[in-house]
Amino acid sequence: MLVIPCPHCGPRCEIEFSYGGQAHIARPQDPAAADDATWADYVFMRDNTKGVFLERWVHSHGCRQWFNVARHTVTYEILASYETGAAPPNLDLESQA
Amino acid sequence: MTQSFRLPEGGVIDRGRRLGFRFDGRDYMGCAGDTLASALLANGVHLTGRSFKYHRPRGILSAGAEEPNALIQLGEGARCEPNLRATQIELFDGLIARSQNRWPSLDFDIGALNNRMSRLLPSGFYYKTFMWPASFWMKYEFIIRHSAGLGQAPEGRDPDRYDKTFAHCDVLVVGAGPSGLAAALAAGRGGARVILAEQDALLGGSLWSGNGETIDGAPARDWIEAARRELEAMAEVTILTRTLAYGYFDHNFVALVERVTDHLGGVAGKQPRQRLWKLRAKQVVLATGAIERPLVFAGNDRPGIMLADACRTYVNRFAVQPGKRAVVFTNNESGHLAALDMAAAGIDVAAIADLREDPMGPASERTEAAGLRVIPGSAVVGTKGERRVKQVRIARLNPDGTQALAAGENLDCDVLAMSGGWNPSLHLFSQSRGKVRFDSGLGCFVPGASAQAERSAGSCNGVFGLNDCLAQGFNAGKQAAQDAGIKAGSKGGAAPQAGNGDFLPARWIWEVPSGKPAGRAGKAFVDFQNDVTANDLKLALREGYESIEHVKRYTTTGMGTDQGKTSNVNAIGIVAQTQGREIPDVGVTTFRPPYTPVTFGVFAGRDVDDLLDPVRKTPIHDWHERAGAAFEDVGQWKRPWYFPQAGETMHQAVNREVKAARESAGIMDATTLGKIDIQGRDSAEFLNRVYTNAWTKLAVGRCRYGLMLNEAGMVIDDGVTARLGEFHYLMTTTSGNAAPVLAHLEEYLQTEWPDLDVHLTSVTDQFATVTISGPKARALLADVAGDMDLGSQALPHMGVGDGRVAGIAARIARISFTGEMSYEINVPASCGLALWQALMTAGAKYAIVPYGTEAMHVLRAEKGFIIVGQETDGSVTPIDLGMDWIVSKKKTDFIGKRSLTRPDIIKPDRKQLVGLLTGDPKEVLPEGAHLVEGAVGQPPVPMLGHVTSSYESPNLGRSIALAMIKGGRDRMGQSLQAPLADGRTIACTVTGPVFLDPEGTRLND
Repeated sequence: MLVIPCPHCGPRCEIEFSYGGQAHIARPQDPAAADDATWADYVFMRDNTKGVFLERWVHSHGCRQWFNVARHTVTYEILASYETGAAPPNLDLESQA
Repeated sequence: MTQSFRLPEGGVIDRGRRLGFRFDGRDYMGCAGDTLASALLANGVHLTGRSFKYHRPRGILSAGAEEPNALIQLGEGARCEPNLRATQIELFDGLIARSQNRWPSLDFDIGALNNRMSRLLPSGFYYKTFMWPASFWMKYEFIIRHSAGLGQAPEGRDPDRYDKTFAHCDVLVVGAGPSGLAAALAAGRGGARVILAEQDALLGGSLWSGNGETIDGAPARDWIEAARRELEAMAEVTILTRTLAYGYFDHNFVALVERVTDHLGGVAGKQPRQRLWKLRAKQVVLATGAIERPLVFAGNDRPGIMLADACRTYVNRFAVQPGKRAVVFTNNESGHLAALDMAAAGIDVAAIADLREDPMGPASERTEAAGLRVIPGSAVVGTKGERRVKQVRIARLNPDGTQALAAGENLDCDVLAMSGGWNPSLHLFSQSRGKVRFDSGLGCFVPGASAQAERSAGSCNGVFGLNDCLAQGFNAGKQAAQDAGIKAGSKGGAAPQAGNGDFLPARWIWEVPSGKPAGRAGKAFVDFQNDVTANDLKLALREGYESIEHVKRYTTTGMGTDQGKTSNVNAIGIVAQTQGREIPDVGVTTFRPPYTPVTFGVFAGRDVDDLLDPVRKTPIHDWHERAGAAFEDVGQWKRPWYFPQAGETMHQAVNREVKAARESAGIMDATTLGKIDIQGRDSAEFLNRVYTNAWTKLAVGRCRYGLMLNEAGMVIDDGVTARLGEFHYLMTTTSGNAAPVLAHLEEYLQTEWPDLDVHLTSVTDQFATVTISGPKARALLADVAGDMDLGSQALPHMGVGDGRVAGIAARIARISFTGEMSYEINVPASCGLALWQALMTAGAKYAIVPYGTEAMHVLRAEKGFIIVGQETDGSVTPIDLGMDWIVSKKKTDFIGKRSLTRPDIIKPDRKQLVGLLTGDPKEVLPEGAHLVEGAVGQPPVPMLGHVTSSYESPNLGRSIALAMIKGGRDRMGQSLQAPLADGRTIACTVTGPVFLDPEGTRLND
């Protein structure tokens, strides 16, 4: 069970959180202009990264805020957490993977 | 029975506290401090069970958690537990235990025929033998499972209480043997917050098995006592005895089970039976010790054949002679220690068969000096004795240890102590994702690099000398405290000092030759619990299973409840020896939690019965109860299902309620509807984006129905939202969906549209909601709503306004889920019951009838209104539902809009919502029934869809049903068949989904 550093509340046990999948998936600005493949890619397709993965969590049983986490999917090490909308921290993702 | 094998002195037992217990119906006496195993041995009882597959008599092998044989059913009736290791059950007065896997009795067991027929039961036998005919597998399985049983589940519900607790510490030390105690002392002296967990009742671990060790110049037991006192005096140190660390998870999360009152025999008092510790440690020191390995030789499983160190433990800790005449069989020094201790306890040690050609080491020097007979380069090649070993045959081996040189010498004995080396207990290390490596000198796997903030110390780390263990443990504790951020104090002191003694040198012969041709020799067991022999492993290899993981699964070696604590390395060794490979190339099997089995009760804790899940009741709940309502669960809510009157069936009650709501007035408690208060300047824009229809033009004081989709275009919720002010809305959701809908809305607000000025608040519990419905609803409301204008000008269909109802401030919305004129009256939750009672009183003259969810379902189905989750299942779009009218064409975007034009979504053969009318109006289709076209022939028959809702409609005088049918809207008037499980086929006709008042005249007068 992970210890997740909520940017607002500090480190808390995983049971307080819900998972939100891959982060930094932008909703197309003009969905009507997106072709079927582009739209399907946005709705259905996500990376299955071995290594550092940027993912969304929500502190469901705490501040109820969404935020992003950089987590290594092999070691489960959490390298960073940061607020929604912020740019991901400057991690050397290649060497971590 | 007298304890005829009890030594007159020594041990850590209290001879003054005699405890009576019963095993397999016979009464015995033991002493305080005994385990069930030691107490049985004190009474000369070795035979404690029958083996899993061959039903061979089995005895106590070990003195600890690794026990594969002596699995016990403890207790009776509801308070009983199967598959407990007799070696870990602390004796208490009145203990009742039974052996397992025998019928009708342990001494005479019919299943033992399996042993005679063992040639018919090779490894994988049930895959091979019972494959044909396939339909008989169920019968085979029953018989196989019956004869290959473990214990029995308790009868009745568990009478005990269990607790859970969370804890944090700087340093968790697992295991309180010499290494763990030294680690805890070092960490504790440094000021760290330490938890020391020990599965045994005593601190000291292996020190209790030994004899004569001294630490810092004092007898080991005095040092243990001093360490305990020092640790107990430290405010930041918690000692948890009888506490098993069974699982090591991510981020140094370690789960422990504390057996709080098990040793008192069910006298729990205010204490729980067991407690689950969910522990987060900054640093972990694993001092989990090591487990001795059996030797694999013909006939190595008879009762009386025990691990050498277990014999030492029974002699030294429990003051029990495991037998009167012993033979020792060893490949290392440990067997010699057992021989010395047994001889000192008055046991006649007939011989030590040592696989080593030239035994030398600190212990073998002592056995030689003591004049014990040591037979070097020899092996036990066969054993005799039905329910207890009575004779062993010892033969010299050729120099490379592959053959017995002669027929050998027979020696009588009643106990055979064996030692095949030691396995560090790597279970927790491995669970922490640390990688193990094979140490060929030690002949065992040892920890490699750590994956978490953890270190191993002592024999679990491949260090076997006492002084080395103390030094390594002490250092590990000190380092762990420092790594946890504790500044080292000046009171650290030095590591305790003791003598060193190793089990090396050793000679590794993984399968001991028998001197007989294969098949003639007795079975040489590798896995005692799952009855896997060396020949089974070799058979698996011959049949092409090469990977150790496949061998393991095919033979089931290491897959018992003991997880192969005594068998895994021997199995890998034999596979390596047979394949001519090195052990590291063969691999290691995975260790999984729990280390030893954990009861379900401790996982459940207090979360049982009423505490399993919160129960939500409306403020009017007590009235419903008094009225005799039957309730149904909707999410966590209890909702009245129907209100039966005296003598009424459910069917009669629902019909009466449905008719009343159409003919006079019905009243329903709708409090459970989810309510979300929406405020902010961008609220209308927000609603535009989350609902399919347009919200910008909705006037203050008006309501609108909305469908909510996910981004894939599928319906996830529906409900009515009222505009209360310029920037103020109240959204209602389905009862079960209130929390998910709020989470969905919050997610989009926070992650996609943080620029919108919108604030969401759940107000479900703040309001009680009562719906009155029917032709008399307006008249009834007028009677209690004072001077509020209820005319269709002031409060039209889909209008909302404030007023007072029965003197209570109320918000009244004229909305309808029944198709009748309906009012939804919202009042503060505390006034809900008063409102309900006032309406019931005032409604008497209109023959008002309370109705429940079942009648509500019938009423809405008559109108063809969907229920999200009944007509929809996450794969249904508004178009499928025929609700295109609510999907805005003008809005450029809303959640799910783009998906509605995906090719799959616009296919004409998608399932669409239709009505169904059965040919026989009395026939009510079962919900879930599949529908097919034409005559029902041989399968496969293409399924067109299924019935989603089906009721008898008293207002229509016939049955009605809603269904999702492929291309359903093009099938109007078509006849379909519903083949049922009972063999009948029901004919029905496809119609529109609205059965009653399609023009909506009842709503809009």
